[in-house]
Amino acid sequence: MRLKSENSTGFSRRGFLRVSAAAAGGLLASLYFDLRSVAQEGQAPPAKIYPPDAFIHIKPDNKIVIQVNRLEFGQGVHTSLPMILADELDADWQQVIAELAPAADVYKDPLYGMQMVGGSGSIAHSFQQYRELGAKTRAMLVAAAADRWKVSPDQCRTEASVVHGPGGKTAKYAELAEAAARRPVPATARLKQPSEFRLIGKPVRRLDSRSKCDGSLKFGLDLDLPEMKVAVVAHPPVFGGRVKGFTDSEARSIDGVREVFEIPLAKGTGVAVVADRFWAAKQARDRLKIEWDLSGVEHADSSQLWTKYKELARTPGNVSVARGDAKAIDQVDAAKRLVAEYEFPYLAHSPMEPLNTTVRFDGDRAEVWAGSQFQTMDHMAVAQVLGLKPEQVTFHTEMAGGGFGRRAVIDSHVQREAAVIAKRLRGTPVKLVWPREDDVRGGYYRPMHAHRVEIGVGPDGMPSAWRHVIVGQSLVAGTPFAAMLIKNGVDATTVEGTADTSYNIPNFQVSAHNPTVNVPVLWWRSVGHTHNAFVMETLIDELATLAKVDSIAYRRKLLKSDAKKLRGALDLLDEKTKGWRDKLPQDHAVGIALHESFGTAVACAVDISIDNKRPRIHRATVAVDCGLAVNPLSVESQFQAGLSFGLSQLMAKGAITLKDGRVEQRNFDGYTPPYIVDAPMAVDVHIVPSTEAPTGCGEPPVPVISPAVVNALARLTGKRYRNLPLATI
Amino acid sequence: MATYQLSVNGKRKEVTADPSTPLLWVLREELKMTGTKYGCGVSACGACTVHVAGVATRSCIVPISLVGERPVVTIEAMHDDPVGRAVQDAWVEKDVVQCGYCQSGQIMCAVALLKATPKPTDKNIEESLGGNVCRCGTYVRIREAIKRASQQLA
Amino acid sequence: MMHNRRNMLRTFVFLLAISTAWIVLLRVADQAKSAASNNTQAGGLAAWEEVYSVLTSPRCINCHTATNYPQQGDDRHRHVANVIRGPEDKGVPGLNCASCHQESNADSTGAPGGHNWHLAPLSMQWQDLNDRPLLSAVVCRSVTDRSKNHNLDGPGLLKHHEEEALVLWAWNPGRRPDGTMRTLPPLSHSEFVAATRRWVEAGTPCPK
Repeated sequence: MRLKSENSTGFSRRGFLRVSAAAAGGLLASLYFDLRSVAQEGQAPPAKIYPPDAFIHIKPDNKIVIQVNRLEFGQGVHTSLPMILADELDADWQQVIAELAPAADVYKDPLYGMQMVGGSGSIAHSFQQYRELGAKTRAMLVAAAADRWKVSPDQCRTEASVVHGPGGKTAKYAELAEAAARRPVPATARLKQPSEFRLIGKPVRRLDSRSKCDGSLKFGLDLDLPEMKVAVVAHPPVFGGRVKGFTDSEARSIDGVREVFEIPLAKGTGVAVVADRFWAAKQARDRLKIEWDLSGVEHADSSQLWTKYKELARTPGNVSVARGDAKAIDQVDAAKRLVAEYEFPYLAHSPMEPLNTTVRFDGDRAEVWAGSQFQTMDHMAVAQVLGLKPEQVTFHTEMAGGGFGRRAVIDSHVQREAAVIAKRLRGTPVKLVWPREDDVRGGYYRPMHAHRVEIGVGPDGMPSAWRHVIVGQSLVAGTPFAAMLIKNGVDATTVEGTADTSYNIPNFQVSAHNPTVNVPVLWWRSVGHTHNAFVMETLIDELATLAKVDSIAYRRKLLKSDAKKLRGALDLLDEKTKGWRDKLPQDHAVGIALHESFGTAVACAVDISIDNKRPRIHRATVAVDCGLAVNPLSVESQFQAGLSFGLSQLMAKGAITLKDGRVEQRNFDGYTPPYIVDAPMAVDVHIVPSTEAPTGCGEPPVPVISPAVVNALARLTGKRYRNLPLATI
Repeated sequence: MATYQLSVNGKRKEVTADPSTPLLWVLREELKMTGTKYGCGVSACGACTVHVAGVATRSCIVPISLVGERPVVTIEAMHDDPVGRAVQDAWVEKDVVQCGYCQSGQIMCAVALLKATPKPTDKNIEESLGGNVCRCGTYVRIREAIKRASQQLA
Repeated sequence: MMHNRRNMLRTFVFLLAISTAWIVLLRVADQAKSAASNNTQAGGLAAWEEVYSVLTSPRCINCHTATNYPQQGDDRHRHVANVIRGPEDKGVPGLNCASCHQESNADSTGAPGGHNWHLAPLSMQWQDLNDRPLLSAVVCRSVTDRSKNHNLDGPGLLKHHEEEALVLWAWNPGRRPDGTMRTLPPLSHSEFVAATRRWVEAGTPCPK
């Protein structure tokens, strides 16, 4: 808890670049990934000591600045992680200020071993860590007070940033900070009993609300630095294309354009325009006359890919799960066999804030500003491009306008582009911006998938055999994550949600094909669950309908007996929807879906009607088991809003398609996200009471909403919907 | 390049910009007022919403040459506007924001709605905010907050 | 007395000739008029079809919808961002036509513009609820119905086609966001006005 003069805005960033010596130079994979711990599923994270002074700064005015070790991009960690620490610290919550930590070793995710946000793991992985930080700091403050007063620490208690000693003695944390900082950090500290929580488990409003409502909060795109220039890049129309030549006379004639030059990209080459202002840069970029060499790279084409994918889905892939008798399905009479084929298109994440990164290169050092979900990797990438050691590069984490996975990119392509440009403009900060068109057309999509499922329906209406083939690009093949996620030739992210199902399905086989396609792909909020949950939950519903069994009852019967969280969520949903589920008007229908992802179980029921040829969601009820709900207000927010994000999959124009290698959509007019009329009008969220370790809520809302809506639609129209997006009903 | 005399949040501002520059970028880069956001540039998302002569306007699509003397009001002025303040307070009370990037535009549209229709119905809300994108999906709480602000203003 | 009878006969023949000639002349004039009015009717209807071809072209019909939304583009898809008609055909408080459409085209950003940009009232819908253009006869009746067309008579309609800002816009529709020019109606403005004039002079006939 170092004391700082009043006019400093926070820590000296350099003080926290405790990048290990081994990190200097060398390969990405070995440096930052604690691969051993990541590969050991289900193990407790290795014990690490996190220095409190990297996380907590108690200022002389008693304000407490808490560093958040991952990006805030809407999910609320900017509030919840400080909340956890502040509770154990017994800090005055009104005096807490949260900051997004820069890139540094000490801020790595305790489980993943790299600084990142993803896998809905923020609270799950840092809950214990932030509790300990708060508890240890409190212990040090108490020890300092006890020392000063010559009493025993047991005689002291803490509340709202004040230590209270015997005989009415008090001392503010600010007064004790310096003395406390000189003490050794204890190896352990007593953590609170849940009954002692003052913040954890309570609905706590966000710290960043007001500044996001009055225009004062600065996102990465809002950054303004002296002498800063703006860059916009012309990317090849086909992924991996290269610049053959270009004419820039028209571009350069635009006022404010400074430089136009070819740059290498993650794949292929492009042309960068640097100007004084964004509008000039974009106009100039659009007026470049570029001759592209598009030879030697695949021209991905959606209709050709569908043909190929559907063919592949009819052949066995690499086996992911094989339980029971693989041949059982072949013995099933055709009349008792349900065969279903599904299609899922490419999806863009399209976070509201267009991608951007600012870099200033000064020769022997550099500074980066980015709303990054992957600070460790992006930091390394920029250093590499600039020929610097990581400790020569300061990497600031900016508040981000959404991400959904789009800001967690293994090849750090946006940061690399920015660094390449900044290197050429040494001494001048350069803000690289990807206009919305670049975002929609620029790749890194949720891959397209085809599924083919054959189900044997037993005499009791339950599945007697299940053969499932999934086709879709691997997210990690050829990357440092491959070793961890690819088993037996199957990318785990392709099959998650099906292979790990908690339904007790006998003779169950899941196999997958991971074709290579020249379209960059990426994890899209809830990843494999986006399509797998849709397939599973619509098929289960179809089976329930065939068996003439209630949707909830059928699932209850089919679930494994030890699927505790799923059963709990389902029971709670049953209870909370009893009042309306069977009392809907004639032209309404209810749809149910149940899914567990990232450790959290979610049950969802929707009440829909058809309005202007689209599903109108009057109400959604959600029951969730996420272990201990650290901030129930935040959990509720994630589910109310996450459902709307999930509806992206159903939008009539919710698909990215390619023709002869070129993306056909251009902007939100062609790739259309959900608007308010597409979202549920009301969502009530119910949390299963739990004291288990907290699990995530960032992604779990997404997989359930599309199947729930489509299951309701099926009741209204009698049709089954297996090809997304939902162009017509 | 041309020089324009603007009225922004009640103050006179002189800017020099290419006539084709959208009002959005004049606000953000010439006047350094970054509260108004760039989301799409083709008026499909509403993040850029300001008020021009009292009309909710998508500043990404209006070139500076077409603004003239009409008063421009941005999110930065909502704090001092009674309706603006009520909307912001309701937004905070209902914990509406997630990433927050779209919220300047949402609030500007909500203010325009409440000024014209102090007691909006669900349908009124849905129509006036119907063209604003929130990728995080905070639509449910936006509805609640508008109703709350309407109550507070009554 | 023989002399007077001859005079009377001459006068009688003369009067008979004149009246016959008069009757014949009247008949011919009548037939000519009738023949002439048949030609005008056909010409007027032909002129109307030319007018109809412009009215149902995208630049015009996109704002003459039967629904609560405008259309855009040559493929006449529903307008982006869920913009809707509103109670006065100008949108709603948070999302007006004027939210984007200014007094003139914004070519640098792709938003078309013109004075008082708004949707044609529902009384001037030229499509059905499935976005299909109405038949020529239906549109013609609608356009000439003074209880629906702001009480415009023939000359009033002609003046509207000649001078109304939003009509003129169709021939100066500006650039799309992608930089390409919007397509024009099938006739030039002067051809459109000339056809309107012929139709008005024929008495604004409508097909059956």
